[in-house]
Amino acid sequence: MASTEAEATEHRRGETRAGAGGPRYPGWLAVPAVAWYVLFFLVPLAFIAVTSFGEVVGFSDVAYTWTLDNYRYLWDDFFGEFHLYRDIFLETFKLSVIGTLSTLVIGFPLAYYIARYAKHKTLLLLLVIVPFWTSFLIRAYAWLIILDPEFPVFRALGMSGFIESQELLFTPKAVYIGVAYNYLPLMVLPLYAALERIDWSLVEAAQDLGDPPWRAFRRITLPLALPGILAGSLLVFIPLMGEYIIPVILGGNKTFYAGNLIAQQFLESRDWPLGSALAMVVIGALTIALLVYARALGRQEQHS
Amino acid sequence: MTGRRFLGAYAVLAYVFLYAPIAVVVVFAFNGGRDVLYWQGFSTKWFEEALKTPEITNALKLSILIALGNALVACVLGTMLALALPRMRPWVRTPIDALAYMTLVTPEIVFAIAALVFFVQAGSQLGIESPLGWHTILIAHVVFNASVVALVVRARFVSMGQQLEEASFDLGAGPLSTFRQVTLPRLAPAILAGGLLAFTFSFDDFITSFFVTGLESETLPIYIWGQLRFGVTPAINATAAMMLALTLVMVVVAYLVLRRSGQEREGATLPGV
Repeated sequence: MASTEAEATEHRRGETRAGAGGPRYPGWLAVPAVAWYVLFFLVPLAFIAVTSFGEVVGFSDVAYTWTLDNYRYLWDDFFGEFHLYRDIFLETFKLSVIGTLSTLVIGFPLAYYIARYAKHKTLLLLLVIVPFWTSFLIRAYAWLIILDPEFPVFRALGMSGFIESQELLFTPKAVYIGVAYNYLPLMVLPLYAALERIDWSLVEAAQDLGDPPWRAFRRITLPLALPGILAGSLLVFIPLMGEYIIPVILGGNKTFYAGNLIAQQFLESRDWPLGSALAMVVIGALTIALLVYARALGRQEQHS
Repeated sequence: MTGRRFLGAYAVLAYVFLYAPIAVVVVFAFNGGRDVLYWQGFSTKWFEEALKTPEITNALKLSILIALGNALVACVLGTMLALALPRMRPWVRTPIDALAYMTLVTPEIVFAIAALVFFVQAGSQLGIESPLGWHTILIAHVVFNASVVALVVRARFVSMGQQLEEASFDLGAGPLSTFRQVTLPRLAPAILAGGLLAFTFSFDDFITSFFVTGLESETLPIYIWGQLRFGVTPAINATAAMMLALTLVMVVVAYLVLRRSGQEREGATLPGV
């Protein structure tokens, strides 16, 4: 995370002298982990790819009939009159974009402060990381207490009526708050990693030469921070496309996103083939997002 | 320097934002009353209550056992992977790298249902009556936790340089004795830290566990999820507070171990993912 240029070079050198002879740990050491990944990650993903072409027989059994029905059903919905699923996917996309932007807006000044001004950088960074490693579920449900109009702090401030009028809990608003909160550390870490490498004398030089602070920021800080912004956005955006916990806990039954839709097919509707097809749509959407990201990254590297 | 002071004040607010919800759960776990939102004096009775509830203690035990088993297997697989990767040819290394990262960034719900379908179908092929249970949770957790360990260990392994390993191999030692005598002593803190993080990751996991568990295996997050249907109670807060305490200890120990072992800079190698 906090590696200097020298370390980075050493890192690269250490890794690319690969295969150039010289004694080393044998490659077969990777076999157990790779086998585990293939058997319990890739094969299961292939299973849902196959299941998405199946159909339900009886109560919940799956017949592997290689039918396109599930996709046809989704296609008809997406481009047809009712577009129930399309709306849910659009809402999910909106949640992911707004969630990513809000963590960026909240997280950037924090990462900037730690990287540029803070005295105890490692400690402050650790304080950002620690919540990330605590239970996601607990951090989500904590807002059930805080967003309640009867939360003692609100009562003490005489704000209960105001909070109640805002109707936060069990609405999309609560989901957005929970998302901004739970995903913040994932955004701050890569932002910090990028900002930490900036040579601030460049910014000072630009200002000495007459750039107003905002222009120095736009012309120097922002381009240098861009890899961190892109990495952080990816780390937040991808899991958000499948967010399941926060809408269930904080959104009540008024909010429904792709993750909930997929879960519903497995927990209630017992329609595994449709659930698998929905999961494939999420994977497809993410693949497209990743390709766009890779292009943006390529263009950014050309620039610098 | 007004900008600096402004940012400093902002940072304080940001940390309040980061910790207030966690603090609220912990504080309200000590509420003597029955109602979560009305403070009725300090009491530890909900902790006692929680520890007397068999569902909670059983779930806690199961969570710890799975997290321990997961950490052990993830340490072995992750460390082996971390040792092999740095010197692989790029065309072998890149796809393995990509695979390891994929296990960490794939939306968990997608992985969870994939694992569920896989375990159920594989189980019925193999003629296993009820294939889901603690062991399927363990298997699924190891998938992403092997990557966590590999990430931590590899960062340390690459940054510490491999001259000593080369010398050891040159002098005729095999991989096993080189590992035992040269690499392990220097890598042990990173492996331990990776293991602690893998423990917390598994201990806190909800989505994957929820989907691949059987009827009888309830982990602590699954228990909390079930109880939240009836709203937050002080007993839930007490259970959550105990979970938080355990995780916090693990993460801080992992951090200290890494920091003490490495040079200053590498101390910060706690991965976010």
